[in-house]
Amino acid sequence: MTAWLDSAALILLIGLAAWVVLGRNTFAAVAGFIAYGMLLGLVWVELQGIDVAMTEAAIGGGLTGALMIGAARRLKSAAPVAPATAGTLVIAIGVGAAMAAILAACVLALPNPAPSLASLVAGNIAATGVQNPITAVLLAFRSMDTLLEAVVLLLALIAVWSLAPDAEWPGRIGVPQTANPNGILAYIARVLPPIGLVIGFYIFWAGADQPGGKFQAATILAAMWLLIISAGLGKTPPVSSRWLRAGLIAGPIGFILVGAYGVASTGAFLGLPAAYAKPLIVTIEIALLPTLTLILALLIPPPLRKRAEA
Amino acid sequence: MTETPAGLLIVLAVLLPFVGMMLALMAGGRNTPRVAAITIVCVVVTVAAIGLQVAHAPLVYQLGGWAPPLGVALRADGPAAGMMAVVTVVVAAIALYARRDFAVPEGLVEARAPLAFWLLLLAVWGSLNLIFVSGDLFTLYVGLELLTFAGVPLVCLDGRAETLRAALRYLLFALMGSLLYLLGTVLIFGVYGTLDIELLSRVIQPSLVTRTVLALMTAGLLAKTALFPLHIWLPPAHAGAPAAASAILSGLVIKGSWFLIVRLWFDVMPGVVTFGTAQLLGAMGAAAIVVGSIVALRQQRLKLLVAYSTVAQIGYLFLMFPLAFDASAGAMSGGNVLTAGLLQAASHATAKASMFMAAGLFYKALGHDRIAELGGAARALPITTLTFAMAGLALMGVVPSGAYLAKKLLLAAAADQGQWWWTVVLQGGAAFTAGYTVLVLRRLLASPMAPEREIARVSRLSECTALALALASLLLGFVAAVPGIGLPSGLISNPLAPSELLTICLVTGGGCLLAWGFAQRPSSVRPAKAAFVGVLVEDFDGLLRQWPAASLSLFAFAAAMGWLLQSGTAA
Repeated sequence: MTAWLDSAALILLIGLAAWVVLGRNTFAAVAGFIAYGMLLGLVWVELQGIDVAMTEAAIGGGLTGALMIGAARRLKSAAPVAPATAGTLVIAIGVGAAMAAILAACVLALPNPAPSLASLVAGNIAATGVQNPITAVLLAFRSMDTLLEAVVLLLALIAVWSLAPDAEWPGRIGVPQTANPNGILAYIARVLPPIGLVIGFYIFWAGADQPGGKFQAATILAAMWLLIISAGLGKTPPVSSRWLRAGLIAGPIGFILVGAYGVASTGAFLGLPAAYAKPLIVTIEIALLPTLTLILALLIPPPLRKRAEA
Repeated sequence: MTETPAGLLIVLAVLLPFVGMMLALMAGGRNTPRVAAITIVCVVVTVAAIGLQVAHAPLVYQLGGWAPPLGVALRADGPAAGMMAVVTVVVAAIALYARRDFAVPEGLVEARAPLAFWLLLLAVWGSLNLIFVSGDLFTLYVGLELLTFAGVPLVCLDGRAETLRAALRYLLFALMGSLLYLLGTVLIFGVYGTLDIELLSRVIQPSLVTRTVLALMTAGLLAKTALFPLHIWLPPAHAGAPAAASAILSGLVIKGSWFLIVRLWFDVMPGVVTFGTAQLLGAMGAAAIVVGSIVALRQQRLKLLVAYSTVAQIGYLFLMFPLAFDASAGAMSGGNVLTAGLLQAASHATAKASMFMAAGLFYKALGHDRIAELGGAARALPITTLTFAMAGLALMGVVPSGAYLAKKLLLAAAADQGQWWWTVVLQGGAAFTAGYTVLVLRRLLASPMAPEREIARVSRLSECTALALALASLLLGFVAAVPGIGLPSGLISNPLAPSELLTICLVTGGGCLLAWGFAQRPSSVRPAKAAFVGVLVEDFDGLLRQWPAASLSLFAFAAAMGWLLQSGTAA
């Protein structure tokens, strides 16, 4: 039974991938991409990678999908892209097939059973105070990578901000959104956020011991905020806002401060003293939550004003 | 492997720029450049302290006290410390140069471009330091991502539509490179269960998977380094970027992915490399020198001439790979050739940054940078003209520049191994460099074509900073005297020996001939016989910089490399 389901999911995945690549209609391709992300999330569930599944659904399908819908909407007025010539198509398919064949050969050549650090993680997880091994890897064993990834996100936002029109700096970027105050969007924007907040904070809190965590939680919170903004019930803060900037740097700075405390208490940067390991990890997650929420929401910019010279 | 007491310094070198970036964002407005300046001073001190420590022994730090393979280690060895020192000098110089350009304009609380510039400058610095010291392939991937996201917005600081297009082109191609690198990381972890460079270097064996990994990762990193023919993004990126941003991109950003290739080839999998692949990388370098230089000679704008000369100079950085391959051991070996490569990177970082600064100053003073109309600029900006000349001399490899030392070491290695063809490439490359330097200098020193135009004032501080950087590059050869580097003594003992002078004369003469042959002329003058070759090369370059051609080149290179890796061992 599961074998049938698995094969069906795989065939559907490949079909969706082809749909996304070959589709002429931008909107249809984006819709296919979102479905692809969700289905990939299900496949990860089937592979027992619940954390990966949640991230894939939230970031791969949800947030990226939202970004692409925005892009597709703005591209509507642009000139349509000329369809690829037959020659290009043949070469592209050839290169893709060759690449796939080589990768398949490599994957088949990988040692079986795969070398794994799982036992090493299991042997050391007690020192971190958390029970979810993913959290232990992300916030203890390889916490430097997580810290730097938060900086990557901050840089991505700075990159988006660097595209803002000069005239609107340092105020609110883009046109404030409006919607019919009695319409369905405004209705949902009033009803859904309280529920979303509860779910978001639950996923955040559960992340220490079960699948979940700040990243998935931040995506949900950001989605709720975006809903409120797009219904015209709230505004994006001006880029000069002290609160906004403090929230943006809270995560990485808090992370680094905890790391510096590790130098004092354990002699190693990002070290976690055994007695306080879990409270410190939770502190890092609490600091990262506003940063990630703000960045994920602000990465989707509102429509810009038409430029005078354009 | 054991941790060293002063290892915390490496963590500081990586994180201080990022902390400074975040505090500068918080401070905002006119305080942003101030916070950036304080950060720069702090990091300069840190890097100097690392340099003093590494002179005795490499530094190692295990983050969180977790030893690899569970945790992540940072290591600062000689090459890492050297590159950090070079980047520090260049970043400090760029900050001084850009102080006036990226100040908040009068009457504004805060402006977009200055805020972005200072934050991105610090971010580029932190990312590069991370790439130099990281001992883990995934942390290196994070470093690459940081570097890409810090580098790309620099292209479109100006905000015009065409700069945005150039930035997108860079972003997409660089991301393709990132993905290929990440793919390699995943496969490596699948085989060995660790990503730690030192642990990997002990166990890695040539196999189908490791060969594929080396081919994919090298291809991806070359896309980010813009080695010909993967330079699709480089010329348009420089065409519209501010001069200080160009100096960062060309002097610093591309060195990150280049250094990562060096790490992979020399430290992670030296035994997987074969003779053929090393030759292939060198051959692409040679092609970059020829095509980049010829197209540079045919440019009409100074900024683009310098950009194309970067394409050529990137090629130079890859000439050390074939010469570092030890045929008897069947593996890459460091030694003097690696030192030469790093010296070349250092002299290019300093000289090219200063050349872009000079080009920016000419643009600012004259209001244009059309080479044909530069006449009289030398009288208006004597210091900057001197800067351009000195940077050109440094790139040519005139005594006692770093490039001279590097060239001498590489020539010795080529003679040693009987690979005479690299001797030709090395000397020819110097002649091309001489060509475009002479071409520009001749215009600068010519009398003005039109009656005196309005010359805008430029910052004297910017002029002096650019000159100091060119001077640093020109005197870099004296590092040979530093005992810690481990170079044979007497490399630059007699700078005015007849043989040296003869080489310089020959190289400069060759350069003049090339410039005469390839440069564009006013339509009234009959073009030289060689001009049609130039047009052909230019068309060829334009063709390669189309998306389909560039993507195909990327995969064709990966395929060729994979094939050479596989067949090299069978033979």
